[in-house]
Amino acid sequence: MPSNSQNILQVQNLSKSFLGVKALDNIQFDLQKGEIHALMGENGAGKSTFMKILMGLLKPDSGEIIFEGEVLKSNNVHENLQKGISMIHQEILVVPELTVAQNIFLGRETNYRSWLNDKAINQKAQEILDAIGIKINAQTKIKNLSIAEMQMVEIAKAISNNAKVIIMDEPTSALTDNEVAMLFKIIKDLKAKGVAIIYISHKMDEIYEITDKITVLRDGQYIATKNTNELDKNALIALMVGRQINDLRAAFRFLENNSIKGESILSVQNLNKKGKFKDINFEVHAGEVLGIAGLMGAGRTEIARAIFGLDKYDSGEIIIKGNKVEIKSPEDAIKNGIGYVSEDRKALGFIPALSIKENISLSSLGNFAKTWFVNASNEHEAATRLSTDLKIKSTSINQKVMTLSGGNQQKVVIGKVLLTAPSLVILDEPTRGIDIGAKFEIYKLINQLTDKGIAVIMISSELPEILGMSDRIMVLSKGKQTALLSKQEATQEKIMQYAVE
Amino acid sequence: MQYIKTLRQYGIFVVFIIISLILSFISPQFLTVSNWTIIITQASINALLAFGVTFVIITGGIDLSLGSMVAVTGVTAAMLAHPDTFPVVLPIFAGLLTGLLMGIFNGFIITKSKIAPFIVTLGTMTIGRGLALIMSKGRPISNLSDSFNFIGGGDVFGIPFPIIVLAIIFTICSITLKKTLLGRYIYAVGGNEQAARASGINVNQVKMAVYSISGLLAGLAGVLLTSRITTGQPNAGAGFELDAIAAAVIGGTSTSGGTGTITGTLVGVLLIGVINNGLDLLNVSSYYQQVVMGAIIIGAVVLDSWNQKSNS
Repeated sequence: MPSNSQNILQVQNLSKSFLGVKALDNIQFDLQKGEIHALMGENGAGKSTFMKILMGLLKPDSGEIIFEGEVLKSNNVHENLQKGISMIHQEILVVPELTVAQNIFLGRETNYRSWLNDKAINQKAQEILDAIGIKINAQTKIKNLSIAEMQMVEIAKAISNNAKVIIMDEPTSALTDNEVAMLFKIIKDLKAKGVAIIYISHKMDEIYEITDKITVLRDGQYIATKNTNELDKNALIALMVGRQINDLRAAFRFLENNSIKGESILSVQNLNKKGKFKDINFEVHAGEVLGIAGLMGAGRTEIARAIFGLDKYDSGEIIIKGNKVEIKSPEDAIKNGIGYVSEDRKALGFIPALSIKENISLSSLGNFAKTWFVNASNEHEAATRLSTDLKIKSTSINQKVMTLSGGNQQKVVIGKVLLTAPSLVILDEPTRGIDIGAKFEIYKLINQLTDKGIAVIMISSELPEILGMSDRIMVLSKGKQTALLSKQEATQEKIMQYAVE
Repeated sequence: MQYIKTLRQYGIFVVFIIISLILSFISPQFLTVSNWTIIITQASINALLAFGVTFVIITGGIDLSLGSMVAVTGVTAAMLAHPDTFPVVLPIFAGLLTGLLMGIFNGFIITKSKIAPFIVTLGTMTIGRGLALIMSKGRPISNLSDSFNFIGGGDVFGIPFPIIVLAIIFTICSITLKKTLLGRYIYAVGGNEQAARASGINVNQVKMAVYSISGLLAGLAGVLLTSRITTGQPNAGAGFELDAIAAAVIGGTSTSGGTGTITGTLVGVLLIGVINNGLDLLNVSSYYQQVVMGAIIIGAVVLDSWNQKSNS
């Protein structure tokens, strides 16, 4: 695209690596005044990294950002903010106990006097709010506002910063339809005033309603920039998903005949949790992998947490091997033969200050105990066996888990779950943040589990992984079950279509 | 990483040896059997409280009601220990039971209300002090039976009875933490409460257990103290919780939870005892003793935070 005077932002050959992994590879991006430009890509495509660089939160390894004709060199959020690049965050960053005005001018209070002058900022804030047509009193405390109103305040804050580029990351994820309409009206007003907006969203209908252009990233690479009205939905999905041939395919399941099913291990019927998921129905059989696909926030993890007893559900039934069970805590779930490997390894997976051995035995310690005392030799033996089976790389099983790599920590968590002899294992993003070698081993392990007749539920954002490993795939969108596909009928495009439905 | 933990335990142990050596050079009375008998006997009450609070701190909690529990349990025991009213077992048992019940109360409120242990035990600290004053009508209860007074003042084969109690409780606590299911669960809850729950551990049960243990040991300390001073004092034990917490922290128990040992706490208790004793022998005013003690506590915590940083 030729550069022209209307370009407010030009990004050329931007690259960024983390620990040798390319998060962004040669990104190109042009933004014009008064343009609403969508940035699309799957989870992990590099959108967040790119935005963090624009914000000044990260420093690129190479490439140039030209803002208003000048090379943007700073990697300082404050400086970028002053130049006119603002971001409305996915998680709203406001101080609940302060007023709207105090939040808008947070960190810039002394612009008015060397003393705090609430009167001046109240007046100034109210002017901005009125100018963009937001009906909020500047003296209201933030905690009394709805999420939509907080978002409006964030926009007002960006405007008060004289923002020329506003980045909006999933701005409508917490909004009702009416609030979305209000937001879109404000966005259109901003556009008319020449403000450029980078709009990130997984919601296709919004992209088509409001944006002028779409840039697609995939696996950290720039794929294409098209005018929104020249790119139909299917073509967009094809650009986002791409065709990936992966080394990992060697481990994928290529079952010629998966019509032979084992007994039903878990059956979930009409499971509901308000605001999280609705009317979920599925069954998993012995020796089968059920993949759960969906975008972030589709309710995948929430369903897993409810089945495992980490969260309560409102209604529905969980049936294990034909018996209706009541699962009120992870303790109950483990007793019923369910194991859960969380997506959030650090928070829910392991105890960092305990050893590999102590972590592996943690869920089944009762089995290694005579009344109150831990049987140290049995524990040692079991932990050694699993550590060897899972190829955990360590100096000894007494090494603390916090000193291990991500992949090995994940294996410790899996070891802990396997030691409870589960009949169902739920793996939530089992390969997130681990290197390719460890991924490969986890795929092999899943196949070993199903060979032994264990049922597996695998939640994953990586479509090739879901397609490669699952016998059946459930697709979720906004908490609803939109498809249950067999291995034969599933394709990346189909999954994406159901995921954005 | 293993060696950092070891070094840290030995670290405070090395400090303990060095200070003892210095004191034995300065004061000839320091390194005598009779002086050490005094040090350990005096330290025994703090040790019992410190062992209890070590369990609590490892789970990531705190127990500020220790001193008040000492007063309530001491007064309870004293009321039942007038000469020849009841057999000596009764006041002892009543003291322990009172402590246990107060501990259970702490645990119950903390697990049910999800209010921070700091706040809950701050409340029970005040409640306990009030109860002790109500029960005793604000006056010391003296004239206790000889058999009761033996617990804190008597000796067996020349070894003071409090030291024997200390040795037994040390062994039980140490084994509980190292060898039992409960011990492992205590470390797990303190190390990562969410992960412990997701591993199938009943976190509330573990918390109930540690506050109960803390209460029970405070009851034992209350009985022992009352017997030693041969009076049930409603004002006894004020500030004891701080010495106990200090001993645990000096001994390597991290206030952020997940780490700590009973042996470490014992070294912490003895270090405090030795420093107080040494400064007494050197005729240092008790005002200065407080300054020194405070500096040592800060030093221990600084050491702790350095270790945390080097771990992460």
